Amino acid sequence: MPLTQQEIQQFTAKACQLRKDAIDTVYWAGGGHIGGSLSFTEIMILLYYKYARIDPKNPGWDDRDRIVVSKGHAGVGYAPILADKGYFPKELLKEFNHTGSILGMHLDGNKVPGVDVSTGSLGHGLPITVGLGIGARLQGKSWLTYCVLGDGECDEGSVWEAAMAAAHYKVTNIITIVDRNRMMIDGPTEEVMRLEPFADKWKAFGWIVKEVDGHDFNQLADAIEYTQKEDKAPVVIIAHTIKGKCVDFMEDKYEWHYGGLDSEKVELAKACIEKHYCEL
Amino acid sequence: MAADGLTYTIVDTANMSTAEIYGKVLCDLAEKHKEIVGLSADLAKSTKMGQFAATFPDRFFNAGIAEQNMFGMAAGLAKAGLTPFVSTFAVFASLRAAEQVRTDICYQKLNVKIIATHAGTSFGQAGTTHHCTEDLAVMRSFANMVVIAPADGIETANAVMAAYEHKGPVYIRINRGFDPFLYEKSDYGFQIGKAVQLKDGTDITIIACGAAAYNAYHAAGILEKEDKLSVRVINMHTIKPIDEEAILKAVMETRRIVTFEDHNIVGGLGSAVAEVIVKSGKGCAFETVGIPDQYAIIGLPEDLQNYYGFDQNKIIEKVRQIMGKDFEQTEDWEDEV
Repeated sequence: MPLTQQEIQQFTAKACQLRKDAIDTVYWAGGGHIGGSLSFTEIMILLYYKYARIDPKNPGWDDRDRIVVSKGHAGVGYAPILADKGYFPKELLKEFNHTGSILGMHLDGNKVPGVDVSTGSLGHGLPITVGLGIGARLQGKSWLTYCVLGDGECDEGSVWEAAMAAAHYKVTNIITIVDRNRMMIDGPTEEVMRLEPFADKWKAFGWIVKEVDGHDFNQLADAIEYTQKEDKAPVVIIAHTIKGKCVDFMEDKYEWHYGGLDSEKVELAKACIEKHYCEL
Repeated sequence: MAADGLTYTIVDTANMSTAEIYGKVLCDLAEKHKEIVGLSADLAKSTKMGQFAATFPDRFFNAGIAEQNMFGMAAGLAKAGLTPFVSTFAVFASLRAAEQVRTDICYQKLNVKIIATHAGTSFGQAGTTHHCTEDLAVMRSFANMVVIAPADGIETANAVMAAYEHKGPVYIRINRGFDPFLYEKSDYGFQIGKAVQLKDGTDITIIACGAAAYNAYHAAGILEKEDKLSVRVINMHTIKPIDEEAILKAVMETRRIVTFEDHNIVGGLGSAVAEVIVKSGKGCAFETVGIPDQYAIIGLPEDLQNYYGFDQNKIIEKVRQIMGKDFEQTEDWEDEV
């Protein structure tokens, strides 16, 4: 077990809080990509609260690890994490999507402290991650680059161009995690555009594949620690998750890729989240 | 002389294609600046990025035929603190990977230099798939981007050095093959955003870029001699930011402007010049010559320059035609604002 019992408790409480923060942010924003913002919570917690070497007081620190949230539409889930880490005041979340706010649906790295790469257009994150990885290696730097991909974005050819390049250039100082929630805007991934056999595709491109339950901190942590040490080939962690996780009326529903919430639904969603954690 | 102290002359670069001069300058810069890295997409040989690849193999990354990933990787390398020079054909840099150039590089203001070869119709025989008559329009619509179309190999050397000095994204489009030398040496004061007046004149101003600049300069000489016309010639090497001052001076002093470019007349040099003129509120006779909003025919580049009206003879013809038109000249500008 890579994590202590205390860490598990701490991260679980954090997951409960951050999921509720994402719900509030959707409300303040007038709508947001909530489904995928609830599926990547455990992945993001391990990066921001456990593994990535970062300093919120010094967001531009040269030797920090980089985090590329390639599924950039998950802004309503990502911004509360950055606020909680202290990159900017939590109050700013109330202005999410408002005219003139630094916070919009897809976070802009030039405006939002803590965002290493401006993403939002899918299929861009992994190529940039490969560049960051090669760049660090070339300069003899030990910092790592973490990349969180959506599964739907793996339809993009550029993801596979980058996968080919990462294996070719043996870029092993990157940690790639796919939030495999199996849902995209128009329906399940396997109906819109089949990804399976997904793991075999990565293997065929020269990657080592680790498949885990993406809501299980210990499984995820194990895979991340394995990837940090692996230096023969790039590793992809396929994290099996549930879109809309912890909110009963959203779970596994592609219709909740994007949505708005009125105050009644906000309360209902938060009650679901609290109930979920009470039952643990 | 560039900040680096590198100068180039027609003697050092004799028998070199424009891209070969680029390759040489890149190697010279890379020798001094260790943070320069190079990328190409299976076109290292054709773009002459190959010279850099051979000299600095550890700093060169071939992306294979995968331009989207190449520009994404370049963005990542720039984010890591390196200075990527990226070379492929103009059509692939500006169209195949346009979104990566816009979103990954320009939006994030990254220090990536794109040196795109085979621009315009300079690879005329290859047909529309390899012509690139849209890149100036596309690239100048990307905020933060600097867009340069050098006139010859010497100016390419200057543009590449200036691009290195400029912090932020730069797009330079150069031709395939050999360009006749407009300049004999590189120390003529090249500056991004500052047009070069090749010849002063008072009857009409020709504004040109790329291959058309050399043709315009020589056409003006003939017009002066044979037609006794005083023709101003401006080499507008930087399409963005464009030299508004030089354009407005030409409006006021020559009252007739004609632009020549190896690009669609929609969105390129002519459009950029027109925007400045219209904004000024000053009227003047104005024409744009280039590819007339169609896909260019197949042929040798010099034949296409003639076909599309920007070789020396066609430039002479066009100027004579404009000068033959009745154009009411008035000394009073104030009522036209």
